[in-house]
Amino acid sequence: MRPMRWVQEYGPPGLVFAALLAGWEVFVRLADLPPYILPSPALVLETLVTDRATLFPALLTTLKITLGALAAAVLGGGGLAILFSQWKWIERSFLPVAIVLQVTPIVAIAPLLLIYLEPSSAVLVCAFLVAFFPILSNTALGLASTDRNLVDLFQLYRASRWRTLLLLRLPAALPYFLGGLRIGGGLALIGAIVAELAAGAAGQGAGLAFRILEAGYRLNIPRMFAALTLLSLTGIAIFAVLSVLSAYLLGRWHESAMSAER
Amino acid sequence: MICGRANEADWQEIRSAPFMLQMIAPRRLISLQGVGKTYKNGATALAGVDLEVRDGEFLTLLGPSGCGKSTILRLIAGLDSPSTGVLTRSFDDVGAALGFVFQEPTLMPWASVFDNVYLPLRLRGLSRQSAGPAIMEALGLVGLAASAKAFPRELSGGMRMRASIARALVLRPLLLLMDEPFAALDEIARFRLNDDLLRLQGAAGATIVFVTHSVYESAYLSTRILVMAGGPGRIVAEIASEDRSPRDENFRSSPAYARICAKASQALQDAMQGDY
Ligand SMILES: Nc1ncnc2c1ncn2[C@@H]1O[C@H](COP(=O)(O)OP(=O)(O)OP(=O)(O)O)[C@@H](O)[C@H]1O
Ligand SMILES: [Mg+2]
Repeated sequence: MRPMRWVQEYGPPGLVFAALLAGWEVFVRLADLPPYILPSPALVLETLVTDRATLFPALLTTLKITLGALAAAVLGGGGLAILFSQWKWIERSFLPVAIVLQVTPIVAIAPLLLIYLEPSSAVLVCAFLVAFFPILSNTALGLASTDRNLVDLFQLYRASRWRTLLLLRLPAALPYFLGGLRIGGGLALIGAIVAELAAGAAGQGAGLAFRILEAGYRLNIPRMFAALTLLSLTGIAIFAVLSVLSAYLLGRWHESAMSAER
Repeated sequence: MICGRANEADWQEIRSAPFMLQMIAPRRLISLQGVGKTYKNGATALAGVDLEVRDGEFLTLLGPSGCGKSTILRLIAGLDSPSTGVLTRSFDDVGAALGFVFQEPTLMPWASVFDNVYLPLRLRGLSRQSAGPAIMEALGLVGLAASAKAFPRELSGGMRMRASIARALVLRPLLLLMDEPFAALDEIARFRLNDDLLRLQGAAGATIVFVTHSVYESAYLSTRILVMAGGPGRIVAEIASEDRSPRDENFRSSPAYARICAKASQALQDAMQGDY
């Protein structure tokens, strides 16, 4: 029964994906397209292997920046959300600033950041800024929407403000925070890529986006595709890891983590 | 004895001597004198409410929606304070003396049933280990001992309500405040929980203030019913249930029950006259 379900679940999307790749391969061969117009999937795979000395350090750089920015966004966004929930005047003072920054398409400030900062730190800051706000606003919403009756119950039992935060508000905000984290994880990667594209800096420490630019200048189309494949895999991996984390943390208690059993 | 709570031995004595109970004047746990409550937005929820809660009674507040029943419970629990009038309690430590059951089960979804019931003890500084026996006892009282490890969403509505009641009982409160606890349940579950509640009251020796919309529920459970009217909220009638026969299916078809229902319905009708 179990293997059957596995096939049912992952079979169809797997088939679609395989069919797309096969169609692409066949199309390139039949039309006899040169690799600098459209490389075949097999060639892209081959390039991934042959160019690994260039591509994998770049992957590592992008990954490091993305994860670093995400970690900073978790600390900053989560921390600020907690401050907001504890002191209303902080929220009143900072919220307008946060909203202005949130509605501004942050990636557009990447060129500006590059004027003031080293390329590598500009990339980090840009990735941080885009990941920061979803985490801040989701966590703040979660902390503010704690069940009124539970808050009353804590008051009845004379719980201090910090115990209420620790035992009630933080756990209640966890699903919201994890939702923000999943959005932030995807955005951090986008922010890092955009900033890298804007920076266009060479040298050591160049990330995947720079490798795409560089390969484009050299008309090395297969390498562009290979780098793009790595980026896409990175995005998938970040999303998958955060989803697993979320399912693990929410375990048996939250609706969103129970869907598999229904 | 006037201010503290009765110790176990006293309780045994009082419980086993129903005749004595009628002779000594019952202790007052709570008294409201001319209490009014006006909320910040200017809405007057209560005006001139006089009420006392006597030791050992099952007092029901019966009234239409919005007449201020929840407000009275919140005032008694100290979650809000009266705008006018005086509210006195025979005890100081509200957290230890009161149990509160909300209309919704209000459990923490991330914690097991055991940990939900542990909450009041935890907030009073007991370790999980030393609280264990008290928690299992409370769960036993509501028939949930087997579900201690379950999470709220794995329980039925009735079981969640039981867990919520166990949490309110775990500190062995003097006074249990219940705000329409069974309103969301079907009638069969409600009847069963009504019986459980009376059995619990006997076992735990608690006084109960119970809020409901249901004339039948109030007639079945109460030793005394206060009928309320809205706009602004006030108490318009008091119905004492003289009949102390055991509460079971027979009681539901007894003349005494019918009489209380009729009185309460009539008082409610009168109370709502002005609302149309
Ligand atoms: N926090 C609040 N702020 C302003 N008005 C309130 C507040 N809480 C209650 N009220 C008002 O006070 C009145 C009494 O409310 P309360 O909740 O005590 O009624 P209730 O008898 O419990 O009603 P129900 O049976 O529907 O629960 C209502 O008119 C309500 O609108
Ligand atoms: Mg109410």
